[in-house]
Amino acid sequence: MTYVLQQLLNALQVGSIYALIALGYTMVYGILTMINFAHGDLFMVGAFLCFVAAVSLHLPFVPVLLLSMIGVAFLGVVIERFAYKPLRQAPRVSAIITALGVGLFLENFTLALNPYPKQIPQLLENTTWTFFGLSISSLQAFVIILSLVLMWILDLIVRRTMVGMAMRAISWDKTVVPLMGVPVNLIISATFAIGTSLGGAAGVMYGLAYPVIDPYMGIMVGWKAFIAAVVGGIGNIRGAMIGGYILGAVEIMVVAFLPSTYRDFIAFVLLLVLLIFRPYGILGKPHPQKV
Amino acid sequence: MQDFGPADPADLKARTTYWIPDQVGSGRDEQMINISPIKLFMERLETKRWLLPALLVFVFGLSLVIQQFELLDPYVQLIIMYVGINIILTLSLNLINGYMGEFSVGHAGFMAIGAYVASFLTVKVFPAHMAAWLFPAAVVAGGAAAGVVGLVVAFPSFKTRGDYLAIVTLAFGMIVKSVIENIDALGGPRGFLGMEKLSTLPWVFFWVLLSVWVIRNLIYSNFGRGVLSIREDEVASDLMSVNTNHVKVLAFTVSSFFAGIAGALFAHLLQFINPRAFDIIKSTDILIMVYLGGIGSIAGSVIGATVYTVLLEVLRPMGIWRMVFMPLVLVLLMIFRPKGIMGLREFRWFVPVRDMLASRLWREKKAGT
Repeated sequence: MTYVLQQLLNALQVGSIYALIALGYTMVYGILTMINFAHGDLFMVGAFLCFVAAVSLHLPFVPVLLLSMIGVAFLGVVIERFAYKPLRQAPRVSAIITALGVGLFLENFTLALNPYPKQIPQLLENTTWTFFGLSISSLQAFVIILSLVLMWILDLIVRRTMVGMAMRAISWDKTVVPLMGVPVNLIISATFAIGTSLGGAAGVMYGLAYPVIDPYMGIMVGWKAFIAAVVGGIGNIRGAMIGGYILGAVEIMVVAFLPSTYRDFIAFVLLLVLLIFRPYGILGKPHPQKV
Repeated sequence: MQDFGPADPADLKARTTYWIPDQVGSGRDEQMINISPIKLFMERLETKRWLLPALLVFVFGLSLVIQQFELLDPYVQLIIMYVGINIILTLSLNLINGYMGEFSVGHAGFMAIGAYVASFLTVKVFPAHMAAWLFPAAVVAGGAAAGVVGLVVAFPSFKTRGDYLAIVTLAFGMIVKSVIENIDALGGPRGFLGMEKLSTLPWVFFWVLLSVWVIRNLIYSNFGRGVLSIREDEVASDLMSVNTNHVKVLAFTVSSFFAGIAGALFAHLLQFINPRAFDIIKSTDILIMVYLGGIGSIAGSVIGATVYTVLLEVLRPMGIWRMVFMPLVLVLLMIFRPKGIMGLREFRWFVPVRDMLASRLWREKKAGT
């Protein structure tokens, strides 16, 4: 029993990271109906910015986190402006391929600058507490709490602010909303900034939890976060959070009870089964096709 | 969705070199116009179409000679064979992504199945001295195994479309990879080796030819019009009594069959395979070649695969920076020419004479009345 609870704690940690990245996918999808396949690589850039800030600039943790988030958000906005915006009217597939290209570019550019995997130094003191046989490290608790706080802030932004209202309005109807005086381009940039900064934060946390980082780390984590977004119902913000935690739980449980090489296999089979029974994800709504 | 709207003058001008379909498929033209076999034969002679088989036989002979007498540097031969394998892959993915308009991201998974099945046959099953003779059988077996799996993957595509189908194929690709990693008889994550170098220039050329021929004939058949109609509007094509499920199953099976063939050839060229060679990066590579060359075009697939493979080799002195440069080219291409190099156009020689003749006669008839 303790073992299961212990694993659930680990699942919360992994799930938080997936959920944060999945939010970026789902926000961009909600507003542009476009899958930003470069998002996983922005997460990787976040981890590398964390490395640069911590090692080269010797900054403490909070500035490192802020720098990574702001840097990745800036990169996200730049990518949107120069790579995605010209393609807004083009067929959707062109945008997807562009996103894949941007992702490859980020990976290989980082690889060209950092040929070897890097190790992020320990930024936070790590102590382990034990309650009723459950051991939890301060790092683990920190990752879980920080991501919950970030998600809470995001939820507030989307539900309570003017920017959030404009985002929801754009995802509802892209033709009428500009006529109401909503600056669509600005709101799209804001969405990218917020979504990618969450990815950057996830990169920092991932770097703290698993300190060895390499330029290709974003691929697998990114695709899995994307799967989490789909499981929750892509375009749905709360769905992405739930999907992230579900995927984290499934992965950790598979590793806990089966050989770890089955991790990806079981996770993807479960995804397929879920998509057969709920083709639009847990919280997603079916889009009836108009003839 | 792609537009096939009324042809504009610029398009008509381009007709002198390329063929652009008037409508989805040209079935309408054929029904309106009776083409006598004699007329068809004359057209075949007039357009010098008989040169095509002659040329192909010549190139095939050339490849035999090159292989026999080592006329080309082995490195150059290797690149040519890579180009051939990539053409097969690109073309087979183009059938699903370009012609059918679905978005499949797990093509490397089919390739992996073909590669592993064929390698397992030549190394473990066939007697060693017979391996070279039984190589075609191994390649076909690899393709068939991939085709059967493609059949299974086609079923989710009945209900899910677009992004969700992309996820299904993506998950499939990853499942294949992790299954192979867990099978110890296939070497697991360490990889599988022991294959002889059985992929030779003539063989690769033969399979490229076969895949181009089969897919071209499929596209211009009744079935192919079904495929195109699914791309344009699935609901409408269903209402027009196209059996969309049937078409999808066939398209997925054919596509994965050829991906399996390419995988088998790849394995016997490299003589070493491991699961990581068939991950998402490989699938992305194939996608890039499809969209670089242009969707819905056989000529585009050939050009895209050739340009991408050769460019990567030519830029090899740049080291890792070529991998930075290539995605940049792709992004710029998508922004300034979203349809790719050929995008929905076709070289005349890849189009059946009958379709072109019907198309031309129909235009003449319209101009006359």
